[in-house]
Amino acid sequence: MATTTGHPGRILIALAVLVAGLITLLAVSGTWTPKLGLDLRGGTTITLTAKNTTGSGTVDPNSLQLAKSIIQSRVDSLGVGESEVTTSGDNQIVVTVPNVQQDELVRLVGQTAVLRFRAVYAAEQIQPPAQPSASAEPTQGATAPPSSEPTAGTSEEAKPPEPSATNKPNNKPMPALPTAPPVPLDKACVPADGKGTPPDQALDWQPSEGCQSAFAEFTCETKVTEVPDQGLFACNQEKTEKYLLGPTLIEGNQLASAVAGIPQNNVNWVVNLEFNPQGAAAFETATRELSQKSDPQNRFAIVLDGVSISAPSVNEPIPGGRAEISGNFTQKSATELANVLKYGALPLAFDVSEVNNVSATLGGEQLRAGIIAGIIGLALVVGYCFLYYRGLGIVVVASLAIGGVITYACMVLLGSSVGFALNLPGIAGAIVAIGITADSFVIFFERIRDEVREGRSLRTAVETGWRRARQTILIADTVSMLSALVLFVLAVGAVKGFAFTLGLTTLIDVLVVFFFTKPLMTLLARTKFFGGGHKLSGLDPAHLGVQALPGSRSRRPTVGRPAAVSEEGA
Amino acid sequence: MSKLSAIGHRLYTGEVSYDFIGHRRRWYIVSAILIAVSLLALAVRGLDFGIEFKGGADFKAATTVTAQTVDSMKDALRDSGVPNLDDATVNTIGNNQVRVQTRTLDPTEEVPKVRTAIANEVGIPPDQVAYSLIGASWGGQITERALIALGVFLALVALVIGIYFRDAKMSAAALIALVHDLVLTIGIYALVGFTVTPATLIGVLTILGYSLYDTVVVFDKVRENVRDILSSTARTYSEAANLAVNQVLVRSINTTIIGVLPVVALLFAGAVILGEGPLKDLALALFVGMVSGAYSSIFIATPLLAQMKEREPDMRKLAARVRARRAKEAQKERVAATTASSPSSAPEVTRPSLAEAVEPSNAELEQPSSATGNGAKRVGPVEVAVKPDVRSPREGAHREGVHREGAAKRPQPQNKPRSQRKK
Repeated sequence: MATTTGHPGRILIALAVLVAGLITLLAVSGTWTPKLGLDLRGGTTITLTAKNTTGSGTVDPNSLQLAKSIIQSRVDSLGVGESEVTTSGDNQIVVTVPNVQQDELVRLVGQTAVLRFRAVYAAEQIQPPAQPSASAEPTQGATAPPSSEPTAGTSEEAKPPEPSATNKPNNKPMPALPTAPPVPLDKACVPADGKGTPPDQALDWQPSEGCQSAFAEFTCETKVTEVPDQGLFACNQEKTEKYLLGPTLIEGNQLASAVAGIPQNNVNWVVNLEFNPQGAAAFETATRELSQKSDPQNRFAIVLDGVSISAPSVNEPIPGGRAEISGNFTQKSATELANVLKYGALPLAFDVSEVNNVSATLGGEQLRAGIIAGIIGLALVVGYCFLYYRGLGIVVVASLAIGGVITYACMVLLGSSVGFALNLPGIAGAIVAIGITADSFVIFFERIRDEVREGRSLRTAVETGWRRARQTILIADTVSMLSALVLFVLAVGAVKGFAFTLGLTTLIDVLVVFFFTKPLMTLLARTKFFGGGHKLSGLDPAHLGVQALPGSRSRRPTVGRPAAVSEEGA
Repeated sequence: MSKLSAIGHRLYTGEVSYDFIGHRRRWYIVSAILIAVSLLALAVRGLDFGIEFKGGADFKAATTVTAQTVDSMKDALRDSGVPNLDDATVNTIGNNQVRVQTRTLDPTEEVPKVRTAIANEVGIPPDQVAYSLIGASWGGQITERALIALGVFLALVALVIGIYFRDAKMSAAALIALVHDLVLTIGIYALVGFTVTPATLIGVLTILGYSLYDTVVVFDKVRENVRDILSSTARTYSEAANLAVNQVLVRSINTTIIGVLPVVALLFAGAVILGEGPLKDLALALFVGMVSGAYSSIFIATPLLAQMKEREPDMRKLAARVRARRAKEAQKERVAATTASSPSSAPEVTRPSLAEAVEPSNAELEQPSSATGNGAKRVGPVEVAVKPDVRSPREGAHREGVHREGAAKRPQPQNKPRSQRKK
């Protein structure tokens, strides 16, 4: 790696090619500025911590992924661009939305996703905004599985339901959304006394006339708030059909499992549902009742976050808590539906652990402060290097410049490829790294000087000094890399940015010192200005405190060194 | 600056040197006082933990700060309709921001109310009130993570030290220096009264790395200097270590200055431009830690190492041999002096307390004990021995460029200043 003595020119050219390559990549990607964190441009970051409401501790990674996509779709429904939902650690979801300060956002993402089964009272095809997809057709029918154990008790695998506060329906009506029409359509179905209907009486619920006329006005663009024990207007996911739904019949947490599969002697994908005992009883009652009605009232809708995920029809009572939803499923659509159903059955609730809201003004100010700190820091370091190392300061400036260009390019590229966002601690890390990088040059230069003091010629001193400095530089960088790694693994939130840029710049420091500074010094040592110890080169004898710079030929043989002739120059 | 370079050269050769190890007591006392002040500050003032660790809410709004800002904001909070806001703290940042810190609030119910109250008070839309909110249990988790990080990091650093030095005494000295830096940094943090945030913790963990690195640089040189120390009577361990410290002194100073300069810029930007936030918290910890790291590697770690090493039987014997040889030299010189009245008693940088390390039981080492003790003391403490230009007449000898290992084995003319003897 480091036998750079031979072809310093080639190494420099190779590095130039690398830098040119990075710049080309930038040009190709078309982005020239790094992606900024929300603390630098304003926005809201929300950290949610998932907890398992059954209290058994761990959160299943798949559930977390599912929760993530559900939260993503909620954030998207607000119509804010550039939002990001990511998982972090084994139980966290981080939502970042730039330039939005709405309190609505916090309420929306923190809400527990609840799956509910509701009876369909009216269904109406609507003009699809896009092409209707095959799976949207209400051709699904729930039938009893032909070959399954009939008893719910024996096939019961799920734990009995443990009702928790977070999974309980929120009984008070939500405040109207800011974007809702003046007279909320969804209030039309709430009885005058505002009383709700509990699940065991939900089948007796009948929509009022006002409710039905409101349903006629309802479009899928209308925002409604789901109230568990009241009727609901909902659309299917494709927005091709709208439904007037009754109060909740069965809560999602009464669903024990949902699995996609192909039953024996069949070719089509189906989704198998299994309820817990309480759910099984409710499901049997509901299907008995619904199966006697005619379309669309023989259907029930599975509603998640106010959207009907599926609305199958029922042809016969289904006892035993096992059901099968069939239809024109593909493997993908069946699995998707099963996943969503599973999520509804998840004992997952989210805590809003952290909200960080930065106004655009404050963000701009922080960015400005970071840049100012960077400029001052850089100026101080460069100034000191020129003052102390004179001509060698040029080497420092050139190395820092190369390092800076590579770091900047990496940040931009990481921003556009893996979504790395530069935040304030990140900028701090980069600034601290100026010192670390310059430190490598100090070690190298001081070693060269030591070698010259021991009587070596400058050209030799660069090589022998390098051999010794190399080790120290690597140790220094290993230590910072270690710090960066530990910090990155263990730190939380924004401070990870510090660790990341520190690690990145440390790597780049190694690259620059090995493939730029060292070959550059080798070349410079051959010049008259530096090699000859010009007064301003930083390598002149007076500056080093020696009487005169040893000539290139004057060395006495020493242990472990190539022999040179001893002959005192001065 | 070029003067510093020239001094660098003379430090390197040993012409100029400060007896760090001989004056160790002085620096131990300095450090002991600093640590006592730190611990006192910790005990009396304590650390002001940010809401990230305790849980809570922090609102910031732009406004023109007047004398009434704080009081009227408190009134506004009281009227906001959110209960238990009496212990909320209101302060101003610079002259254009007001900051409200409260207990942790319900994100969907209470935050909008408080936000609106603050916004109305300063006359801006609620959306422009920036806030951060940390749930109480989350704060606990962050604290837990922070402690784990600190523990893991300390363990890792100790491991790295152990692997790198492969010497229990070096590791112990490096670790003591590390703890020294840690205590000082935290103590000064308590003294200054900055809020402890995750950024502070990052700073503290980063300086552990720095402190370790500073010590590595010095100890590397010590190792180089003591490689064949037992095979000659040229120097005691302490002297070799002291030479090492002097040799790396300029580099340590440069490294520290260059590392600290950007941190100063951060501290400036964080404290003056922003007034609050991660830059300031991080920079203060880094600043104190870096300076302390450089200091402790030179004034604490190396003297400690030398002290521990001098207790080893081999090193005791070596010290005795060195003393014996020097006594002999001194004897010769005295004889020579009476004839030629030569003034040169070869000022040596010597541990003045050599006699302590050599206990009476070492009398077996064939020296006239009382004479040796006196002899060692006589050539003993030389502070900063900037010698007259002894080089000029013996230029050639100086330029020999004798390799260290070789030199150590060679019998050396003892009436020469050390700078010319060994390098």
